[in-house]
Amino acid sequence: MSVIERFRDPALARRILTEIRTLADRPMAFMEFCGGHTHAIMQFGIRQLMPTTVRLLSGPGCPVCVTSQAEIDQAIALSQLPGVILTTFGDMVRVPGTQFTLQEAAANGADVRIVYSPMDAMRLAQAHPDKEVVFLGVGFETTAPGVAASILQAQALGVNNYSIFSIHKLTPPAMRAILDMGEVRLHGVIGPGHVSTIIGSHAWRFLPQEYGIPVVISGFEPVDILVAIRELVAMVVHNEAAVINAYGRAVSPRGNERAQELMYRVFEVAEADWRGFGLLPGSGLAIRAAYGDFDAKRRFTLPAIPSREPPGCRCGEVLRGIIEPPQCPLFDRACTPANPRGPCMVSDEGACAAYFLYRSVEQTA
Amino acid sequence: MCLAVPAQITRIDGLEAEVDFGGVRRSISLHLLPDAQIGDYVLVHTGFAIGIVDEEEALKTLDLLAQMERMGAQDDERD
Amino acid sequence: MRHDERVTLAHGSGGRTTRELIERVFAPYFKNPVLARMNDAAILAAETGGRLAFSIDGHVVSPLFFPGGTIGDVAVNGTVNDLAMMGARPLWLAASFILEEGLLLSDLERIVRSMANAARAAGVLLVAGDTKVVERGKGDGVYISVAGVGLIPPHLDIDAGNIRPGDVILINAPIAAHGMAIMVQREGLAFEGELESDTAPLHGIVQQLLEAAPRTRAMRDATRGGLATALNELALASHVGMVVEEEAVPVNDAARNACALLGLDPWHVANEGVFVAVVPPDEADTALKALRSHPLGRHAQRIGVATAAHPTHVVLRTTLGAERILTPLSGDLLPRIC
Repeated sequence: MSVIERFRDPALARRILTEIRTLADRPMAFMEFCGGHTHAIMQFGIRQLMPTTVRLLSGPGCPVCVTSQAEIDQAIALSQLPGVILTTFGDMVRVPGTQFTLQEAAANGADVRIVYSPMDAMRLAQAHPDKEVVFLGVGFETTAPGVAASILQAQALGVNNYSIFSIHKLTPPAMRAILDMGEVRLHGVIGPGHVSTIIGSHAWRFLPQEYGIPVVISGFEPVDILVAIRELVAMVVHNEAAVINAYGRAVSPRGNERAQELMYRVFEVAEADWRGFGLLPGSGLAIRAAYGDFDAKRRFTLPAIPSREPPGCRCGEVLRGIIEPPQCPLFDRACTPANPRGPCMVSDEGACAAYFLYRSVEQTA
Repeated sequence: MCLAVPAQITRIDGLEAEVDFGGVRRSISLHLLPDAQIGDYVLVHTGFAIGIVDEEEALKTLDLLAQMERMGAQDDERD
Repeated sequence: MRHDERVTLAHGSGGRTTRELIERVFAPYFKNPVLARMNDAAILAAETGGRLAFSIDGHVVSPLFFPGGTIGDVAVNGTVNDLAMMGARPLWLAASFILEEGLLLSDLERIVRSMANAARAAGVLLVAGDTKVVERGKGDGVYISVAGVGLIPPHLDIDAGNIRPGDVILINAPIAAHGMAIMVQREGLAFEGELESDTAPLHGIVQQLLEAAPRTRAMRDATRGGLATALNELALASHVGMVVEEEAVPVNDAARNACALLGLDPWHVANEGVFVAVVPPDEADTALKALRSHPLGRHAQRIGVATAAHPTHVVLRTTLGAERILTPLSGDLLPRIC
């Protein structure tokens, strides 16, 4: 078995599960911050395997899901400007704006193209000097450094028709907001793996130090997630709070400092509008004035758009861990992956989509 | 948060690299990981290598897990 | 033909230019006594006894050429397989071509040649055809619709609604190869290893299966929507539940890695040479052996059972031993990126 495959070893996973069941002697709730973890937990059936004492709550770590309605509407409006090619990651095209989705805007004539990388968008700008190529900058700290690199590369190559509509957001402020709002009682956090590859495991020290809550940085294979849960259970039972990096093969204490440097060279910290949280200070990334030419917010004037969240949609509460998706009255009725009402059902990392796709047998009755 | 997949670097040309995802190959950027070498396993996210996948660390983690299990087994025997 | 000759609107007019197109591109490959009569409709000798299976499939795959085949292969094999899934012996195909103005004639010839080869390999005759041309920009190179007729031996009773609790679910081959070969090509990714379309005619292996397991209840090929969708359709039609073992379903490494790379679920990826067969428990062993003895079934596996519990729902038992729902594909298979 290759090294990576050993993190999928069912026998090892089952042994760790047994330890969790033995150790978890009192009710405890852990939040898996990251949408990728929610997806993996549902896909592997880990929720069903937990003892009744351990509750797993999904958090706001889905960049598509925490995009505000206004941000989506503005992105759609951008795509409809003449001469603009709007480039975006795939998940964003099906998120419902107040009137329609990016995909529908494309069907009505907007030039919307799905790209795998911001560098692809930059190269598209090079290939179409007569067009304005705008990249929809969605994503957390995992994604923003690459977007920054694409801006620096565009600058180096003299590409002057490339800009970013930045709605990038930072993860620690959202984690703080959840705890500060005090709506959910958390005993521990399963920390995001790939965000931490960039920002480092030390970025999460505020959780034990300021909130007294243990955090385990976890990878995405079954063994990774179960180890993280086991370590959290052990810390809770022993009344300890610390940062444990259980994803040592991909995360270091200080993270990828080069990526951080590029990110903060091009972006500065700013207020951002989060679905489910509203305006959070110091939680987003705006393009610095020095790179203003690459800032779509400066390049284009967008009309004020009266944004309205989809009626009845409870994405916000799902993102704050207050309710689980099946508790939303729209779940599996008006809102399904084929006909999503809100972004949590569109993105595979959205809790609602993960619950819908991978629910347990009992929940289908 | 997002999808990042391990791949092995097979070729480097300045800050561009070709990586192999177990049979599927792709070009990616090393702008965020300029010191990566051919043969390194890296995590790839949206066309960028964002970090090295350290096999030694992986083995260390697995060894630690094995040790914990052995200790657990000894505890069982003591009961 | 000059290498840069292209389809023009005149080719679709029905007049002499159409005649020339047929003679130059289609006739050299589609040659048989039925077509030679050049009638408006094919006249076919009907065998009495048994029932007819009749099916149609439209093919709009893009790109037209991909590792492992062409749109032509998929067009022929797709319809042959729909018939085979009913236990029918495929006999005759009719094909309609919608050509886009500007399509290279050499590309069209390549497609037609692959269709003729596929038809010959499947032992079917193409007995009727039609060609139309649409303006540039109104088509994707070529769209091909293929209808097919086959004969079902009288003793067979194969129907999606026949499955009973306890029946065993078998699969003939690894999943996700076709869809990923297409996706990878579409995304402009290079690859090596066995990532190519699995398009193949399945009636030969089906025949072998039915000889060993004549009381086979139902079969379905796992095309659009993948294995998950095929299983859900069967569960719904028979109003039974199913439990499938994740570990048991074969996936080649190349396809699995391509799925991981693009964030796709192999269970929802299209196949063109994969089918599931549901057999009564006492025929399961012989059925599996029969599949494995055929080149298209070397990696056949038993993957699950039908159950009276949770009717119409397909449950997956994950490698960790947890059980969760396996949903059919809903909406587009958009590569998940971030």
